[in-house]
Amino acid sequence: MQLEEQLRSKMQEKDILLMTHIVLGYPSLEVNREVIRQMVENGVDCIEMQIPFSEPMADGPVILKANQEALATGISVKDCLIFGAEMAATFDIPFLYMTYYNIIYKYGEESFFKNAAKTGIKGVIVPDLPPEIGQSFLEYADNNHVAPVLIFTPTSTDERMRELARHGRGFIYCVARRGVTGKKSELNEDFHQYLSRCQAATSLPLAVGFGIQDRDDIEALKGRADIAVIGSRTIKLVEAEGAAAVGPFIAGLR
Amino acid sequence: MDTNGFFGNWGGAYIPEVLYQTFLELREEYARCRKDPAFWQEYIELMETYSCRPTPLTHAKNLTKHFGGAQIYIKREDLNHTGAHKANNVMGQGLLVKRMGKKRVIAETGAGQHGMATATMAAKFGLDCTIYMGEEDVLRQRPNVFWMEKMGATVVPVQDGSRTLKDAINEAFRDWVTNVDDTHYVFGTACGPAPFPEMVAWFQSIISIEAHKQILNYHGKLPARVYACVGGGSNAMGVFKRFLEEDEVELVGVEAGGYGADSGAHAIRLSSDDASAGVAQGYKTMFLQDDDGQMKQTHSVAAGLDYVGVSPILTDLWEKKLVRFESATDDEVMTALDLTMKKEGIIPALESSHAFAGAFREVGSLSTEEAIIINQSGRGDKDIFTIAHAFDDPSWKEFIIERGKEYSNTDKQ
Repeated sequence: MQLEEQLRSKMQEKDILLMTHIVLGYPSLEVNREVIRQMVENGVDCIEMQIPFSEPMADGPVILKANQEALATGISVKDCLIFGAEMAATFDIPFLYMTYYNIIYKYGEESFFKNAAKTGIKGVIVPDLPPEIGQSFLEYADNNHVAPVLIFTPTSTDERMRELARHGRGFIYCVARRGVTGKKSELNEDFHQYLSRCQAATSLPLAVGFGIQDRDDIEALKGRADIAVIGSRTIKLVEAEGAAAVGPFIAGLR
Repeated sequence: MDTNGFFGNWGGAYIPEVLYQTFLELREEYARCRKDPAFWQEYIELMETYSCRPTPLTHAKNLTKHFGGAQIYIKREDLNHTGAHKANNVMGQGLLVKRMGKKRVIAETGAGQHGMATATMAAKFGLDCTIYMGEEDVLRQRPNVFWMEKMGATVVPVQDGSRTLKDAINEAFRDWVTNVDDTHYVFGTACGPAPFPEMVAWFQSIISIEAHKQILNYHGKLPARVYACVGGGSNAMGVFKRFLEEDEVELVGVEAGGYGADSGAHAIRLSSDDASAGVAQGYKTMFLQDDDGQMKQTHSVAAGLDYVGVSPILTDLWEKKLVRFESATDDEVMTALDLTMKKEGIIPALESSHAFAGAFREVGSLSTEEAIIINQSGRGDKDIFTIAHAFDDPSWKEFIIERGKEYSNTDKQ
C-alpha cells in the first residue's frame, strides 16, 4: 500500500495522526531501536528517520547537534539504510527517510529510491531540493512508488503551494512558522489562516511540524490538520530522561 | 546563468522552501539592477567616494628584476576601504538592500574581511547587522571582531561543526529562514544559491574592468597571465571576468595547499582529485567530502581560503578548461609574502599571498616582453596577529607576553 492510502485508512480511525522524528545513530542505533519500539507501541502512526548530514542547514540546535554527534560515532549512510530496512520490516507503520539532498545525490538518486522501495520505505523528505531542480529525483521517486513529501511554509504563495502540491505525494509537510526546527510555534489566528490556505491548495493530507511540543498543541491542530509532527521534543526527552521516557510521553499526547 | 541558476552543470538554488519567495524577489531585483545603467553608475560613484576606486595597478619592478621574467603588475585591492576586495561586493549589495527596503543585514565571515566590510556598510546605510563567524576564526582574527563590534555589529561565534566559514554560512542561513521578511543575507563570495554567485561576480568585476584598462595603458598590451587566490572565488571572479573575453590571456587560480596536497590538510577543490561533485550550502559544486557526502575538515594558514566548496562559476570554467588551477602550500605562501614585503614594501594578506606564490613559481619562464597581473585581494598588515604568529616572530611574542602581563596586573588592582 502506498503512503497516502496507508495514512488515509488510519485517518478513518483517529481524529489526528502522529508522526515522530528520529536522527539515526543519535545517540546510537540501539537507542533508536528502543525509542522507535516505544513510539510504535504507544500509537505513533508514521516515523521519519533522518540520515545525518554534516551541514543540516534547515535544522535548529537540537537536531543539528544530534546530526553532528551521530556522525562522530562513525555512522555511515549504508548503516542507516540497513537500519531503516530493519524498522520497516519489524513494525507495521509507514517509515520515511528525511535527509539533505547531498546524501541522496552522492548515493545516486536511482539506487537510493530502489533501495527505499525494496526495503519498504514509504516516503522521502528532503528540505533543500525545490521541485524545479529536482526533476530526476521526482521521477525516480514516482517510478519506485516512494512518496516525495514536499513542504509548504507560511511564506509560500497560493500559486507556489499549488505548484508544490502537483509534485508532492503521500502528504504535504506544512512548516508551522519561519525558522528552523525545535522552537515553540504560536498557533494563533494567522496560523489558522495559513492552514486554510494549505488545505485549499492540495487534496493531500496535511502534516504540521516545527515547534509542536505537547498535548495542547496537538489538540489545537485537530480538525485543521491530519498529522501532527513531533520532532526535536522527543530527542530532548531522550537526552534528559532516556529512551524509557518516550512511551509515556507519546501515550499522553492524544 | 540559466533560468534555474546553473552554470553548465554547477550552481542552482538548493534552498529550503521558506526562502523561495525571498529568492524570487532577490532575483527580480538583481535583474532590474543589471538592466539599469543608473544603478551601476551609482555603484561606481559610491566606490570612488567611499572606498578607494579605481585601485592602482602597481608595477613591481624589484620583483620583476628578481625573477628575470615577465613584468609583474599587482592589482591593489588591498587599498580598498576595509582593506580587501570584499568591500566591492558588500557596497553593491548594500545599494540593493536599500532598493528592497530591508532593514537588517546578516553575513558570514571567515577571515573577518567580509564581516568587517558588511559592518561598515551597515553603519553607513543605517542597517542592523549581525555577523556569524566560526569560533575558530574568531580566535584567529580577534582584531576584526573588535572593529566589527565597534561599528555596531553583533558578532556571533559559531560553535558547530568545524567552527569555520562553512558553519558560519549554515548559521547565517538559519537566521535568514527565521527573519526572512526584514533581513537580507549579504553573501560574501561567489558561492551559495543563485543569484549570489553571479551577483557577487558582477560587483567584483569592477576589479578586472579597471585592470584591463590599466594594463593596456601601462604595458601597451594584454597580460600573458592573471593570477588570483581562490577560496570561495570572489576575488578571482572579479579579476578574471573582463579577461575571460580575451582568448590570449591565461587565467590562473591558486588554491590553499595547506600542509600539502598529500597531507589531507588543505583546501584544494579543483587542482587535486580530493574533491567530488556535491550539493551543500544551497549550490552544486566540487566539495571536499567523503564518499557518503559528509563534508571534510579543511586547513589553510589563510582563514579566508579555508573552505570546502568553490564558486560554481569557477567550477564551470575549470571543467571547460578556461581557467587553470594550481595550489600553494602554507610554507610557499609565507616565503612569497616575505619576499614581497622585502622587495616591494607591500604587505599582501595571507590569502592573496597564495596568488603571489603561484605566480612566482612560473614568472621566470615568461619573456620580459610579457606581463602578468597578480590580484592582491587584501592587505596583510591588519592581520598582524595571524602573520606574526605564522612567522613565529620572537620579538612580537615577547611584546604580546609583556602586554598580557600588563593587562593581568591591571585586572588584579
